[in-house]
Amino acid sequence: MKISVIVTLKKDVLDPQGKVVHQALKGMGFNTVKEIRQGKYFEIDIDESDKKKAEEKAQDMCKKLLANLVIEDYRIIGS
Amino acid sequence: MEVNENIALEHGLNKSEYKKICDLLKRTPNITELGIFSAMWNEHCSYKSSRLHLKNLPTKGKKVIQGPGENAGVVDIDDDDAIVFKIESHNHPSFIEPYQGAATGVGGIMRDVFTMGARPIANLNSIHFGSPQNKKTKNLLRGVVQGIGGYGNCIGVPTIGGQTSFDECYNGNILVNAMTLGLVKKNKIFYSKAVGINKPVIYVGSKTGRDGIHGASMASAVFDDKIEEKKPTVQVGDPFTEKLLLEACLELMAGDSIISIQDMGAAGLTSSSIEMASKGKLGIEINLNKVPCRESNMTPYEIMLSESQERMLIVLENGKEEEAKKIFDKWNLDFSIIGKTTNSKKIELFYDQKKVTEIPINALVENSPMYDRKWKKTKLPKKNKFNKDNFQNLKIENILNKLLSSPNICNKEWIWQQYDHTVMGDTILKPGSDSGIVRIHGTDKAVAATVDSSAAYCFAHPLTGGKQVVCESWRNLIAVGANPIAITNCLNFGNPEKNVNMGEFVECVQGIGEASKYLNFPVVSGNVSFYNETKDKGIKPTPAIGGVGLLKNYKDMITMDFKKSGNVVLVIGKTEGSLDQSIFAREILNIKNGPPPEINLFNEKNNGETVLNLIKKKLIISAHDVSLGGIIVAITKMCIRGNKGIEIGKTNQLINQFQYMFSEDQGRYIVEIGKDNYKEVKKVLDKSSVHYDELGVVLEKDIIIDDKTKLSIDDLRESNNKWLKSYMDN
Amino acid sequence: MNSSVIIFPGSNCDRDMDVALKKFGFKNKMLWHNDTELPKSDLVVLPGGFSYGDYLRCGSMASKSRIIDSVIKFAKSGGLLLGICNGFQILTETELLPGALLRNKYSKFICQNVFVKINNSDNKYFKNIKKNVLELHIAHNEGNFFCSNDQMKEINDNNQIAINYCNQNGEINDIFNPNGAIKNIAGLLNKQKNILGMMPHPERMIDSYLSGEDGSIFFENLMGNLK
Repeated sequence: MKISVIVTLKKDVLDPQGKVVHQALKGMGFNTVKEIRQGKYFEIDIDESDKKKAEEKAQDMCKKLLANLVIEDYRIIGS
Repeated sequence: MEVNENIALEHGLNKSEYKKICDLLKRTPNITELGIFSAMWNEHCSYKSSRLHLKNLPTKGKKVIQGPGENAGVVDIDDDDAIVFKIESHNHPSFIEPYQGAATGVGGIMRDVFTMGARPIANLNSIHFGSPQNKKTKNLLRGVVQGIGGYGNCIGVPTIGGQTSFDECYNGNILVNAMTLGLVKKNKIFYSKAVGINKPVIYVGSKTGRDGIHGASMASAVFDDKIEEKKPTVQVGDPFTEKLLLEACLELMAGDSIISIQDMGAAGLTSSSIEMASKGKLGIEINLNKVPCRESNMTPYEIMLSESQERMLIVLENGKEEEAKKIFDKWNLDFSIIGKTTNSKKIELFYDQKKVTEIPINALVENSPMYDRKWKKTKLPKKNKFNKDNFQNLKIENILNKLLSSPNICNKEWIWQQYDHTVMGDTILKPGSDSGIVRIHGTDKAVAATVDSSAAYCFAHPLTGGKQVVCESWRNLIAVGANPIAITNCLNFGNPEKNVNMGEFVECVQGIGEASKYLNFPVVSGNVSFYNETKDKGIKPTPAIGGVGLLKNYKDMITMDFKKSGNVVLVIGKTEGSLDQSIFAREILNIKNGPPPEINLFNEKNNGETVLNLIKKKLIISAHDVSLGGIIVAITKMCIRGNKGIEIGKTNQLINQFQYMFSEDQGRYIVEIGKDNYKEVKKVLDKSSVHYDELGVVLEKDIIIDDKTKLSIDDLRESNNKWLKSYMDN
Repeated sequence: MNSSVIIFPGSNCDRDMDVALKKFGFKNKMLWHNDTELPKSDLVVLPGGFSYGDYLRCGSMASKSRIIDSVIKFAKSGGLLLGICNGFQILTETELLPGALLRNKYSKFICQNVFVKINNSDNKYFKNIKKNVLELHIAHNEGNFFCSNDQMKEINDNNQIAINYCNQNGEINDIFNPNGAIKNIAGLLNKQKNILGMMPHPERMIDSYLSGEDGSIFFENLMGNLK
């Protein structure tokens, strides 16, 4: 089963990359962009048939490795 | 929200401090004011536990242009040039988030240096981790190294040296100390003292966010329903913005529009604005609505206490605002006139047209608490008696291999290869040497720098340990042919409210002071990090000393690699054979008590100056100081680096061979000299009454001891190289 | 000979390159990324560093900066365009060179000396060079050259590989590959051989007190070929 996870910086944490991408886009003429936040996307192929169990495992992975909860939030966006 | 004693306690203030605040203000502070007091009066900003003792350190000297009290120290390196340098800790944040903690540590210290007008030319670091067996150690080490590299590499400043140690005392509190050297013209040094009334106060750099706002437990009181989201956040480093800020500031500094400049480090806008006003004996007025903010709805409390990185505060000459703004626009950085200097001698803050803070500056600075904390003296431990039984069944080659591959002696290439150490094109001595050396661009001069610490010695006897670290720094500079100039110190200790920890601090500082005074090696900057303690267990006292020295001509640099077979190898300085606290005693014999090696400042100075004299006479071909692991480890490193061997004859008969090879007696150097110069070298050494032993002769390959033991350099190199790499890659 | 070095926000080897070019006889000009006109140049250099912090992808945002259009025009008309390290990354992002530079195989920044063997010397950069194997210095996090099979075929068909990582004897082998680059590619030319992108920094090896002197050989030779 495939599970997708998105990890993003917490709302109040500075995102230097997003900031610079935003500036670059502005420089290229995309003037209506208001903010950009950059995150990470994971596709996890997991040997598990029970959706609930798989998502629980993915949660665990997020907590222990994929996300640093000090600065990041994660979302499991479906399987 | 009403402020009361409980809220003050939650801010880390104690009852009497809170009472003092109310007395000074003659009223109850509001929450913003309380936040400002707590930030200014905390240990980090006020040095309340350490001030009393630090003032005894020698801080003056012929070469000192600026001692402690500014963003960094400044020393004269002849002609129009000066070096600005400082070391600073970022221990607690690095334990929580190693990458960002270490990165922002490097960013902070570089800002301290370029705030004074200097372009950073070299970085160093001293990092300490728990036992390799501790399951957190590997990730912490990886994160810290990547964080240091990620920031320094991006800015384009070479990391030319450092020190890494492992000890279980750091299991719950790693240490990350970063040092930066910058180059400035003597007539272009910038200070933080504001001068003149009604001068515009300018904010430049990144926007202010809710990064690192202190007073963690305040969340429930100040913040509303979204507690989770608004919890104090770790600062994230943005080296790209720092690079832009560096270039923009240096561009502005080339003109004459800056009156004073201060970076926003710990306690952000609070400490920077107050420091400028305090030094200039002025007042300052700020309109908080003008502060560029990353989030909407930031409160005055949050704006004042945010520790967002990559920001600067500048007092400009009137009429220079447009010129300055152009520069910051070019570099795409925020620029905002947020206030002005006043003659009120107060800090006055406005928000939404209302005055939200009014505090006399001297209440925050001169009246900040200073404590004479109780401290306990550490007695000099009794020496252990070592006899033949201790050494039975031991073989030099086995011990040597074990030590070479031990975490604290092994080759740290895995670490420093991740740091760009060659950018700027002037690094002539790389990490892994006694000191790193960078040339002063476009001149014949070069500066050498080293960072050292010896927690085991400081723990055994803080007074001796404090002296030893300074001496080691001095030796590491001399060993590369540099004239030692001055030091910076990063004082990492446990809880000052415990008399044992406080005693360690007091006596280490005393030791540092004695040695630096005797060696004329003054302290020009530094930082104190207390409360390195977890679950009641503090770290061993770990003062880290950053030393800086000058080479008038970089071509006179000495390296440690043996150069030519047939050359004579001497040990300069006397080997007494004291094994207590040596790595041999601690790790091979498992004897952990006993005093550290004695420091004889007279010999230290005399030996060092004589070696320097020999170097100036061009009589020394290679040199290395004797430290951890003693003579045998020192010569092995010289062999490995030069891909040469050595034949060692019968050594000092008076002491056991193990004592001779592994003792960590101080004030010693190993030097390689040409056969033809031996006579002249002897003459110089005898004239200065410096003790020396003839150790052996350089060979093409192999270490041969006493005709009996023969060790291959390739095998020793393999021992030295393998541990860290395999530890990190598995 | 006139050269131009382009400074992007975050470039940090621009000064080193300026020093090296001048040392070997170039009249060098430094240009800001926001300029639009290239001065008359015999050589244009995109220096190393972390343009735009290496954020998003290394070189991606620099490849969209204002001066790049003139740089592309210059290169398309046959002008010599050299990209070092981040400059190489910018060249692949502008698609002046094929492929991409990925994160190093061992996910670590690497700062060390390497040996490279010259594969194609039929160009202004390496023609007549007196050594076939050079010791150069690398310092990067993303030097792992990658391209599609089709691109690789084209690279080979046109003999575009400039230099490969090797040992001191010139043996090209996986063990001497510091970053995982396909075929040990350390530097690449375009079809016309006027554009060179390479990870090593010759400008850091221009006197005996630095990591080595083979950088001098590179610049001297380049100067010789331009005269």
